[in-house]
Amino acid sequence: MTNLLEVQNLKKYFSTPQGILHAVDDISFSIEQGRTLGVVGESGCGKSTLGRVIIRLLEPTGGKVVFGGEEITKKTDEKTIRHNMQMIFQDPFASLNPRMTVRETILEPLIIHKICAGNELEDRLERLMNTVGLASRFADSYPHELDGGRRQRIGIARALALNPKFIVCDEPVSALDVSIQAQILNLMQDLQDENGYTYMFITHDLSVVKHISHDVMVMYLGMMVELSETEELFCRTLHPYTKALFTAIPVPDIHCVREKIIIKGEITSPVDPRPGCRFAVRCPYVQEQCQIKTPILEEILPGHFVACHLVREINNISE
Amino acid sequence: MKNEVLLSVENLEIQYITDDGVVRAVNGISFEIHEGETFGLVGETGAGKTTTALGLMGLLPEPQGEIAAGEIFFQGEDLLHIGKRRMRQIRGKNISMIFQDPMTSLNPVLTVGEQISEVIRLHEKISRIDAEKKAGEMLEVVGITAARTRDYPHQFSGGMKQRVVIAMALACQPKLIIADEPTTALDVTIQAQVLSLMNKLQTEYKTGMMMITHDLGVVAETCDRVAIMYAGKIVELGSLEDIYDHASHPYTKGLFGALPNLTTKVDRLKSIDGLMPDPIDLPGGCPFHPRCPDKMPICEREMPKDIEISKGHHVRCFL
Repeated sequence: MTNLLEVQNLKKYFSTPQGILHAVDDISFSIEQGRTLGVVGESGCGKSTLGRVIIRLLEPTGGKVVFGGEEITKKTDEKTIRHNMQMIFQDPFASLNPRMTVRETILEPLIIHKICAGNELEDRLERLMNTVGLASRFADSYPHELDGGRRQRIGIARALALNPKFIVCDEPVSALDVSIQAQILNLMQDLQDENGYTYMFITHDLSVVKHISHDVMVMYLGMMVELSETEELFCRTLHPYTKALFTAIPVPDIHCVREKIIIKGEITSPVDPRPGCRFAVRCPYVQEQCQIKTPILEEILPGHFVACHLVREINNISE
Repeated sequence: MKNEVLLSVENLEIQYITDDGVVRAVNGISFEIHEGETFGLVGETGAGKTTTALGLMGLLPEPQGEIAAGEIFFQGEDLLHIGKRRMRQIRGKNISMIFQDPMTSLNPVLTVGEQISEVIRLHEKISRIDAEKKAGEMLEVVGITAARTRDYPHQFSGGMKQRVVIAMALACQPKLIIADEPTTALDVTIQAQVLSLMNKLQTEYKTGMMMITHDLGVVAETCDRVAIMYAGKIVELGSLEDIYDHASHPYTKGLFGALPNLTTKVDRLKSIDGLMPDPIDLPGGCPFHPRCPDKMPICEREMPKDIEISKGHHVRCFL
C-alpha cells in the first residue's frame, strides 16, 4: 500500500509577545491510503494545529508535507489541494458561515468546483444530509437555529461533498451525543470501506480512537511521544504520559478496577520550551538526563515508536 | 441501614412557554437522594437533565420556565412553596450547584477570593476578613495555594477554575451538591484529578451529590445510584449494578451498545437510529417508541408505567 501522506520534520511556531510558541515541533509520520491515523492528546498538545498545517490552512514554519507523491508545502494552486484534502472542524459554530443556510454551505464546494448543477445539486444535498443524519426540513435553516450536534453534521456533509481522498477530522464527534456519535463513526467507517478514504482522526477520546483508527500517534506539547498500530498501543503503552492518559479515562464498567496514575500539575507552557523532555516536570519517573537532553522517537518494539530516555527501564524491555 | 432522605422529587413536570409552543422539558419524574450518596442523572442532549437541576434550585428562567406540576421536598421542606427569600437562603448554603462551564460560571471582574467570600458572607454572619481567610482555606482544600485568593479567574487554567467553583460550592458545607457535567469541559487527566478530589471531599464532608452527565464512564466511577433520562422522563433507575449489569430498558441497552469499548473490539457500533424527539413535539405513548428496536403496538398508544422489577430497580417499559 502506498503512502498517501508523508509528513517530514514538520514545524509550526507562532510569535507571541511572550516569545516563540512551539505548537508543532519536528513531527514526522506517514499514512497509507485507506487507513486512519488517530492523533490523541489533550488541549494544547498541538494536534489541531498539526491538522491545519497539513492541509495548508496554516503555513508551516519548517518541514515538508508530501501528498500523493507530490510535495505540497510550497504549492500555490489551492483548488486541487482542496479537492482532495478536506477538513471537519472541531467547533461547529465557528466553522460555519452564519449567513449561509445549510443548503448553501453544503453545496458551496460542489458549485465552486463545478461538479454538477441544477436538479443534481438538490439530489446530492438530500443524499448528503441523509448520510449525516440531518433531517431535510433543516435545508433552509441557519446554523444558529440548530443545536451543536446538528451543526457538526453540516460540517461533515460539507467535507464529504467533494468525495475527497483525505480528510482531517478534528474532534468531529466530541460535540455529539453517544447514540449519534455511534451513527457518525459507523458512517465514517462505511465511507472509508466503500471509497477508500484516508483519515487523520484527531481526538482526545481514547475509546473512539481505538474504534476507528488503524494506527495511533500520541502528542504532548507539540511533540510525538508514542506511535504504533492501535491494537499494539492499547495492549502495551510504553511512554509514561500515554500510560497516565490511558488510566485517566473513566471506563463504563463497574467491575474494571484499575490503578489510576494521577499526573500532578498542569501542562507547561509551549512558549520558548526548555531543552529536554517536555513531560519531565510532571513525569513520575523523571531523572536528571530528562531535563537536559530532548528524547527522539525510536523504534522500541517492531512498529512501535517511543520518545523517552527511560522507556526500556520503565517497561522492562531489554535492548 | 438506610441513610436519611435528603431530597424527594415526585412527578415533577417542567415546561417552557415559548412563542412556538409549549416545550415539555420534564414530564413527570420521581426520585430520591439520600444523605452522602451520589445520584447520577444520565441522558443525552435534550433529555431534560439541566432543566431538572435548574428547577430544583429555583433557577428556571422567568417567565418562560415554570414548574407545571409535582413536588420537591428537601429535608422535609416543600421547596415549591417556601417563597423566594427562603429559597435564596437554602441556595448556596444547603444546596449548591456546580455548572458545566467554569469559564462562564465565574465572574471575570472579581478575584477568586472575593467570589468565595461572597458565598460565605451571604449565609453566615462573619466579617470580611474572616470570610477572606475562610476562602483561602477552601482553596487549600481543593489543592490551590491560599495566596491565590487575590487572583482573577482568567489567571487560572480550566481545571483550576473548576476547582475554584468546587471550593465555592463547598464553602458553606451544603448537604447536597448538584453538579451539572462538572468535568465535561476538562481534559482527561485533569478530569481524573477533579473527580478524585470530588470523591474525596464528598466522603469527608458527607455531602450528597446529584451528578448530571452523559458519560457512563464518569458515572461508573462516582455514582451509587443512577437514573437514565429520555425526553423528559426517567426510563430506568437503579443501583450501579442494576444499570450496568442488568440494564433493562431498550434505551439504556442502546446507550451501552453505542459506546466504543476500550476492552472488546467490535466492527460496528450499535447505534440507536434517529434522534431524540423535540420536546415541543413529543410522540404519543412511550417517547422512545420511534427509535425502539423492540417496539410493540401498545408502545405507540400508551405511556408505560413505572415498574419495580427488583428491589430499587425501576423501569418504564412494556417489555
